Amino acid sequence: MLNSIVMVKQVPDTANISGKVMREDGTVNRSKLPAIFNYEDKIALEFALQVKEKYGGKVTAITMGPQRASDILRECFFMGADEVYLVSDRKFAGADTLATSYVLSEVIKHIGNYDFVFAGRQAIDGDTAQVGPQTAEKLGIPQITFAREILDVTEDTVTAKKQIDGGYEIQKSKLPVLITVLKDAAQPRPFSAKRMMAYKNAKSLIELEKLTEGNSLLYIDKLVHEYQERGLFINTLTMDDLQLNQDRCGLKGSPTKVHKVESVVLAGNSYNRIEPTTAGLGALIDQLTQDHIFG
Amino acid sequence: MNNEVWVFIEQRNGKAAEVSLELLSKGRKLADSLNGLLKSIVIGHNVKNIAGQTAEFGADEAYLIEDAFLKDYLSLPYSRIFNELIEREQPRIVLFGASITGRDLAPRVASKTMSGLTADCVDLKIENVNYLGKDYPNLLLQIRPAFGGNIIATIITPETATQMATVREGVMELVKVPNSKPIKIKTVKYHPAPEDKLVEIIERHTQESKVNLKGSSIIVAGGYGLGSKENFRLIHELADVLGGEVAGSRAAVDAGFISPERQVGQTGVTVRPKLYIAVGISGAIQHRAGMQDSNKIIAINSDPDAPIFDVAHYAIVGDATEVIPKFIETYKHKLK
Repeated sequence: MLNSIVMVKQVPDTANISGKVMREDGTVNRSKLPAIFNYEDKIALEFALQVKEKYGGKVTAITMGPQRASDILRECFFMGADEVYLVSDRKFAGADTLATSYVLSEVIKHIGNYDFVFAGRQAIDGDTAQVGPQTAEKLGIPQITFAREILDVTEDTVTAKKQIDGGYEIQKSKLPVLITVLKDAAQPRPFSAKRMMAYKNAKSLIELEKLTEGNSLLYIDKLVHEYQERGLFINTLTMDDLQLNQDRCGLKGSPTKVHKVESVVLAGNSYNRIEPTTAGLGALIDQLTQDHIFG
Repeated sequence: MNNEVWVFIEQRNGKAAEVSLELLSKGRKLADSLNGLLKSIVIGHNVKNIAGQTAEFGADEAYLIEDAFLKDYLSLPYSRIFNELIEREQPRIVLFGASITGRDLAPRVASKTMSGLTADCVDLKIENVNYLGKDYPNLLLQIRPAFGGNIIATIITPETATQMATVREGVMELVKVPNSKPIKIKTVKYHPAPEDKLVEIIERHTQESKVNLKGSSIIVAGGYGLGSKENFRLIHELADVLGGEVAGSRAAVDAGFISPERQVGQTGVTVRPKLYIAVGISGAIQHRAGMQDSNKIIAINSDPDAPIFDVAHYAIVGDATEVIPKFIETYKHKLK
């Protein structure tokens, strides 16, 4: 029996930024961006599910984010997660990687009893690849980053293939360990239709509270209990639940500060327009030959 | 707290990584702005020559930590050594390559020492900053594109003793110091700890990369706009004819048109060839950051409003599948 905790993140779809997302002053209106499941984190979940299939155990997915991040936790259920946690608090807003890893490491300690922590190598909104190693450090456990494949697992070790600069290594680590996985390390399994039917109604505490608003016949405690019984509850943790040090959370706990943001202004550079004709291209080739670039 | 700038010297198979030497060149300028020393941190086995070599790129001093166990990079002992050094010496700035090794080590060190860390900077400079009404002299400005390249953010870490950043290979220019002084090497003894051995390397396979984009004087790069791997063949053909190297944008790499080691841009390689031909590349800031210092740039794109034209010297509006064959034909004809 080997238990895994998977760190997942809902990210703005930065690949599809359109004009509407940019404000006049050049800043980004995050709420206008479509939010998606960070792809590499799905691979991390796939790794955890494969470990479970081979060796038994439990898979728990956790995410820190706004309320709408419960969408990706439902998707974790659809793929096969046993339990999920939404870690959400206004006081977490503006967290950089250091503050994020502090909260996530405390959540992992709170859940406890784990052999693996899995995460995607990086999230597409920042591409920093920092939260994984920072969380491992705070948990005081080893890390295998940029992992491609798990080759073997014993009761207290894992052997994995990982990318290094200019090649690869096979590393063997004692458990527990934090592993970050590469994009092409596996294919995330499709959502199971049966699980989608079962878990599409999974709800977080706040979503249940919304149900009770305007319906005096529903009592939140009873509702939570009912959803827990049916395995449909998205566990919800706030700063108080975790008894965190507020000075280490959110903007306050983030040493990196955004000093200046500039929208990318195109310089209106003047260039030579070349017609894609034999004459046009010929003149360009002559020019580059004269400049000693060709020939 | 002092005014020291440190650079982690990555070594692979007993050789210093180029990115580390590039960072020394930048570190030299930062140290001069701060009136501080530039120190290289060299960890490995029989790597004293590397510590010596760092003087050629501007280092005043080197910390040398040698042991057979430290021959190849391992997260736990390397980060522990680093943490102990930083906690003892409190350098003002520490720079790491944004390589796989650097991205494994830097966050672990930043977490332990509670330092601010910014990944993939495209520029670094020292400036006095007023932040929220408070003056901070000589802060490190860590400049990087963010949010899909729609903005350029300047990040600062005003309150931490040590400011950390990672930078990709090729972003900073390699500058050899003329008549460098002999370096002062401080040897630090390695004291093993039980946790250093939690992870062991069972096998290690490395290969010198055959791709040398940085050393190529002509680069032909293709983007997602080519539409298919089939059409990407045209990029190879043009590069062959011109004697250049093939490269691609991140979108082309993500689409599987070309291998990641040939990616140009903020999260790839930065290049400065004599001629850069961008085909079907729209020109997001991340890509431009990796090629805009090229001597001459030709952009070929079917969209006349593509941002790539903004850094181009020569603009060709047209379909790549028509323009490239015509370019090759004309070039061959001229050559005769």
